[in-house]
Amino acid sequence: MMPKFLRRLLPPLVVVAAIVAVWQLVVTAWHISGQILPSPLAIATALGHYPDVIVSATWQTLFEAVAGLAIATALGVATALLLDSSAALRRALYPLLITSQTIPIIALAPLLLIWLGFGLAPKLIVVVLYCFFPVAVAMAHGLASVDPEHINLFRTMRASYWQTLRLLKIPAALPAFFSGLKIAVTYSLTAAIVGEYTGAYSGLGVLIQSSANAHAVPLVFAVIFVTSCLSLALFLAVLGAERLATPWNRRPQ
Amino acid sequence: MQTKLSITALSKSFASPDARKVLDNINLEVAAGEFVSLIGPSGSGKSTLLHIVSGVDEPTSGTIAIGSGSGSGSGSAAGRLGASGYVMQRPLLLPWKTVRENIMLGPVLRHHPAAAAAREAERLLKDFGLDAYAGAYPATLSGGMAQRVALLRTIMAGKDFLLLDEPFGALDALTRQTMQLWLLDAWSRFGSTVVCVTHDIREAILLSDKVYVLNGRPATIVSGVEIDLPRPRRREHLARREIVLLEKKLEDLLIQEEPS
Repeated sequence: MMPKFLRRLLPPLVVVAAIVAVWQLVVTAWHISGQILPSPLAIATALGHYPDVIVSATWQTLFEAVAGLAIATALGVATALLLDSSAALRRALYPLLITSQTIPIIALAPLLLIWLGFGLAPKLIVVVLYCFFPVAVAMAHGLASVDPEHINLFRTMRASYWQTLRLLKIPAALPAFFSGLKIAVTYSLTAAIVGEYTGAYSGLGVLIQSSANAHAVPLVFAVIFVTSCLSLALFLAVLGAERLATPWNRRPQ
Repeated sequence: MQTKLSITALSKSFASPDARKVLDNINLEVAAGEFVSLIGPSGSGKSTLLHIVSGVDEPTSGTIAIGSGSGSGSGSAAGRLGASGYVMQRPLLLPWKTVRENIMLGPVLRHHPAAAAAREAERLLKDFGLDAYAGAYPATLSGGMAQRVALLRTIMAGKDFLLLDEPFGALDALTRQTMQLWLLDAWSRFGSTVVCVTHDIREAILLSDKVYVLNGRPATIVSGVEIDLPRPRRREHLARREIVLLEKKLEDLLIQEEPS
């Protein structure tokens, strides 16, 4: 198990190490200013210099992203179940759901600031707006693509609406749901940072803006690095949840 | 002998797109404990007939009565739902449930006590030599194994009346032969009434007490024969002279009625 895992992880790690090495060499050899492109070493130093600031900003943004994602997932699943419950509702609401995506969410952020101020709420709403759609659409698609013969089987066994939902439709929709959730989770951190850009007291978005304003370019890079790592960690967490929730989907080793 | 299924003057037209009539004036009686096969070319409405009997579809006209006149399961399609167990060409096991959980579906849906259902499931799995697979997911089973599990699931659902829609249609010839004998064994243990749809004449003869031929457009029952063979059936029975002749006769009925 472990060697196989390592064997898969090794090639990308080698590539990353090579890129970092070339980057460091180029910056050092050509004396590129740290204000333009800081070296990996300088970024690491910046990371080590302000641990308190970075850690508290990370917690703030992580909380916004995860809480927003949780709300979006609950709303998305509820919407999908609602769409699935009646063909008329589906016909009425599905086009609206799609059309809602034509609204540039980033343009709503300043409005949310005006309505709700600098607090947590506008950031949560931006994250929810970004993450809701992939979850709702994927879950609705999953529920709609249940094998009609399975539905017939449940009918011949006199299963109730709720039994069919719980024992057939929801498990059948889980793989599609996780596809949507994987897209949503990669949106969630970016969305939280976008929310913070418009106006906030703390968070990684605030830190990026304030360090850019102060021309602390290595710190900007350091925060971007932290954001990527965080995004990856969230994605892996969803992947782990998917494996736990759909053990039958695991390929036989 | 008690009548399990009685179909009278049943016709079925599909509303769209061209108001095609698929079944015309079907009359059929099946006694309790009988194994009856319906054979017919593909597209002859065999599956539609089973759909109607199971209650997932309504006939356009005619009546269907299931059970011994007590009124159970007759009348509307919704009333027939649950009166029969339906095994389709694909096993339709739930991929997220293990073999054991799959065959417990019927009792679970009827809110039966889980412990008793689990005990019965273990017993059935052991009786049919599937206990080694109890904890496996369906994706790891062969086609024949999966169809056995599907049949056990239907039996577990407490079905004394089984509708089989080309249950071995998706299996290779060898597996098919093994499965036919396996089905006969299961049937003799449970004494269920079976209506089996197939286009395999030899399969129909080997399994059934009676074989009905469905043909024409719209389809109707053009012939019905009793299979006069001792039970338990063996494959060698198919080599008897009168059975070979019967097979030829049924084949002629199927081909002759095909529109040119």
